[in-house]
Amino acid sequence: MNKIQRVMGILFGGALWTATGPAWAEWELNLTEGVTEISREVFDMHMTVMWICFWIGVIVFGAMAISIVKHRKSKGVTPATFHESTFAEILWTIIPFVILISMAFPAAKMLIKMEDTSDAEITIKVTGHQWKWEYEYLDSGVKFISSLHADSREAATPGSGIDPTTVDNYLLEVDNPVVLPTGKKVRFLLTSSDVIHAWWIPAFAIKKDAIPGFINEMWTVVDEEGTYRGQCAELCGRQHGFMPIVVEARSEAEYDEWVTAQLAAAEVAASSADREWAMDELMERGEKVYGTYCAACHQANGNGIAGVFPALNGSPMVLEDIEGHINIILNGKPGTAMQAFAAQLNDADIAAVVTYERNAWENETGEIIQPATVKSMRIQ
Amino acid sequence: MNAQATDAHHDSDHDHHGPAPGLMRWVTTTNHKDIGTLYLWFSLIMFFIGGLMALVIRSELFQPGLQLVDPHFFNQMTTMHALVMIFGVVMPAFVGLANWMLPMMIGAPDMALPRMNNWSFWILPFGFAMMLSTLLMEGGGPAAGWTLYPPLSLQTGDAFPFLIFSIHLLGVSSIMGAINIVATIMNLRAPGMTFMKMPLFVWTWFITAYLLIAVMPVLAGAVTMLLTDKFFGTSFFDAAGGGDPVMFQHIFWFFGHPEVYILILPSFGLVSEIIPTFSRKRLFGYSSMVYATASIAFLSFIVWAHHMFTVGMPLAGEIFFMFTTMLIAVPTGVKVFNWVSTMWRGAMTFETPMLFALGFVVMFTIGGFSGLMLAMTPIDFQYHDTYFVVAHFHYVLVPGAIYGIIGGVYYWLPKWTGNMYSESLGKMHFWLSTIFVNVLFFPMHFVGLAGMPRRIPDYSVQFADFNQIATIGAFGFGFSQILLLVLVVKCIRGGEKATDQVWEGAEGLEWTVSSPAPYHTFSPQPVIK
Ligand code: HEC
Ligand code: HEM
Ligand SMILES: [Cu+2]
Ligand SMILES: [Cu+2]
Repeated sequence: MNKIQRVMGILFGGALWTATGPAWAEWELNLTEGVTEISREVFDMHMTVMWICFWIGVIVFGAMAISIVKHRKSKGVTPATFHESTFAEILWTIIPFVILISMAFPAAKMLIKMEDTSDAEITIKVTGHQWKWEYEYLDSGVKFISSLHADSREAATPGSGIDPTTVDNYLLEVDNPVVLPTGKKVRFLLTSSDVIHAWWIPAFAIKKDAIPGFINEMWTVVDEEGTYRGQCAELCGRQHGFMPIVVEARSEAEYDEWVTAQLAAAEVAASSADREWAMDELMERGEKVYGTYCAACHQANGNGIAGVFPALNGSPMVLEDIEGHINIILNGKPGTAMQAFAAQLNDADIAAVVTYERNAWENETGEIIQPATVKSMRIQ
Repeated sequence: MNAQATDAHHDSDHDHHGPAPGLMRWVTTTNHKDIGTLYLWFSLIMFFIGGLMALVIRSELFQPGLQLVDPHFFNQMTTMHALVMIFGVVMPAFVGLANWMLPMMIGAPDMALPRMNNWSFWILPFGFAMMLSTLLMEGGGPAAGWTLYPPLSLQTGDAFPFLIFSIHLLGVSSIMGAINIVATIMNLRAPGMTFMKMPLFVWTWFITAYLLIAVMPVLAGAVTMLLTDKFFGTSFFDAAGGGDPVMFQHIFWFFGHPEVYILILPSFGLVSEIIPTFSRKRLFGYSSMVYATASIAFLSFIVWAHHMFTVGMPLAGEIFFMFTTMLIAVPTGVKVFNWVSTMWRGAMTFETPMLFALGFVVMFTIGGFSGLMLAMTPIDFQYHDTYFVVAHFHYVLVPGAIYGIIGGVYYWLPKWTGNMYSESLGKMHFWLSTIFVNVLFFPMHFVGLAGMPRRIPDYSVQFADFNQIATIGAFGFGFSQILLLVLVVKCIRGGEKATDQVWEGAEGLEWTVSSPAPYHTFSPQPVIK
């Protein structure tokens, strides 16, 4: 019967050892130490608490093991008759209490530090959408949407036949990463347009919910340049596992360059709404937009999912009602999963996706919708 | 309990003291033993249903990439698996054990409210039939996790009102069960059976019943508010109408945290029965065990927001809930120390119930350690909503709550059937379960720490190895449970005849009646000296 103890001991002790020892580093058993002051403190506290638990475990399971080995009937022992001791009860109430206090105070102190979002140099508004992240740099005006990288999306489509191990950073890569300067205090303002999401980068040890109608705050200062990856950490529907977060920390100069380039690109995009577009151009762009923003619900083949997401293929609205069609994309339909895309997509994108939906699959209407039409509907 | 029972007179002077013949026996029964049996079979069946759902989840997670199920269906599986396991397995099993054993342990002839007892059981199959049928509806079953957080849960399709109604039914059933238990313990104890002489299983259930009565209506209120938000234009949880989605989480966890103690306290009681018997030594620190249970129950009402550290509470709130949560470790520790002291210098033997009880003490404690880590807010930000949490609650639920239940079943099976079960099958069941349960859940700590979120159908390739191991463990654990079924059926059919005492070291009123226990016990009631 000491078998049970031995098995458990090996499992637990061994697991803790491997989790803490460097021997298995490549197996990723433990929390990351991360690249911020906070993340390193979090890591240290995690290790401390784990070791405290380990030693309490050794004492408790050790005492059990000794009884199991020595105080067994097959050894011919007569059972003792003691069955209470006020002294012992007080002792093992007070000692754990003291240990807990000694853990609680440093934790509270650390928490106070973690919640201090004052004096930030850069503020980024992060909005969760089903199922992508929108970022807005409030100081410089840079604004973009970040969603799962096309390679991962393709590989994660059932029946794609693509082996995920051949995809770089499978499910942890996005089209547009967040870029931050190192050494500066960055404040995040988190909110959501639909359901609750959570923004989490393990290497920074920060995680907070993005809640529709409310704004949460958190902050970080990244020490080292590099690319850091995380995922949405609150169940947000069908594609919850497919809305990663990628942060690139760069030197301040590189960051400034990036901001300038982003602003220039935004200008180009804005002006493109004022010209006439050709069918091919719209269809090509529309297919892309559809794949990134709409296919998760309405499916690549336009047939939706019965009872949850309506089919656009053959939909009367798509075939006949141009205004209704543009309107539902701009403004969404409150109370359903169909959200407003007015803020996320520019006029050209919406014109393209509407044109695409009206001409793809079996919807061969031949209609072309120009960005100018969308623009005029926005103003109403 | 050194109680001497004057064995019940079975030759009572009225006619209908045996069960009614045929199937109607089970439909119309008001006998606590029959109803206990119904609850236990129901729970076992649901255990296999919930287990199959877990195997769907684990199969999809066997390797990276989407192979078997659509992510939406995956979410339905995690949601249903949890609802089935919590409301269909653990809670009914506890009520079943209570029905069978509480009257026999306190010297009562039956439960205090036998007709309500029948009703509270028979609501369950209907409630679950309705809940499971949602999987076939337009838009599929509920897929927002068992926590049903809005706004996501409001995106559920046709299933939504059926889900809410079935939760109401399960709640009504639990409340009636709990009222019955309180009424029985308060009113039907045998003369001399004072509160501080009650066996610990009775005590833990007594306290659990109050928790149930306190929090099930809160759950009912929360889901009703969801219902009116969806169909009647209210906006309790919709910021656009002046509501607050986080308020749902507060209400839900005000139910939810006491609920997790509802899922463990009766198992504490079961283990506190088993360990003294097989250590041949009285339970150490009986009264401190009672007080510890009561303090845990009290504290369980003021820790709820530890499930919500990332919602952006005020700092003071975070610190308050961290401190109260850590405080719960104290009475929980007292219990573990008392169990170990009970074994200390006893004369132990290791029959199957004892093996499960020992497994409980070790693995529940491991779950307690990870719980303590999760209680510490600054580091919980890293653990929250990862597989580390999944590992934590499965350690306290599977080798915790479920091991307590299985241990209790083995402990009393000879009393119920009159036959000894096969000890070798039982031991095999224990060892296979224990090996596989660790293969299944221990690696989840690692992937969680390494950054794998929970409730995802697909993951990045660096998590592949441990997920594969966990899936192997899941199938091993699942198939090992077939042994339990085989063993129970064999034991009902026959086997070595059990004595009244059954276990050498057993004490308590239930061991003074014959094995199998007669259909009616303890009328007239025994007198405890
Ligand atoms: C989160 C899931 C989701 C996403 C993403 C989504 N939709 Fe929808 N969409 C819906 C739902 C749900 C409805 C049905 C709303 C209702 O109840 O009328 C809908 C309805 C529509 C309709 C009306 C269909 C009809 O026949 O009434 C159109 C057109 C539409 N969506 C276009 C789009 C476009 C274009 C995109 C991408 C830019 C998109 N949707 C992205 C969920 C989604
Ligand atoms: C056969 C043994 C079991 C296996 C293999 C198993 C496996 C799993 C898995 C893989 C998940 C999903 C994690 C995720 O994707 O987030 C899960 C969730 C869960 N399980 Fe189990 N489980 C088992 C038994 C139990 C039991 C006995 C209980 C309760 C008593 C339980 C309660 C839960 C709960 C509450 C959740 C959370 C669901 C949610 O996220 O909403 N499980 N289980
Ligand atoms: Cu999510
Ligand atoms: Cu809790």
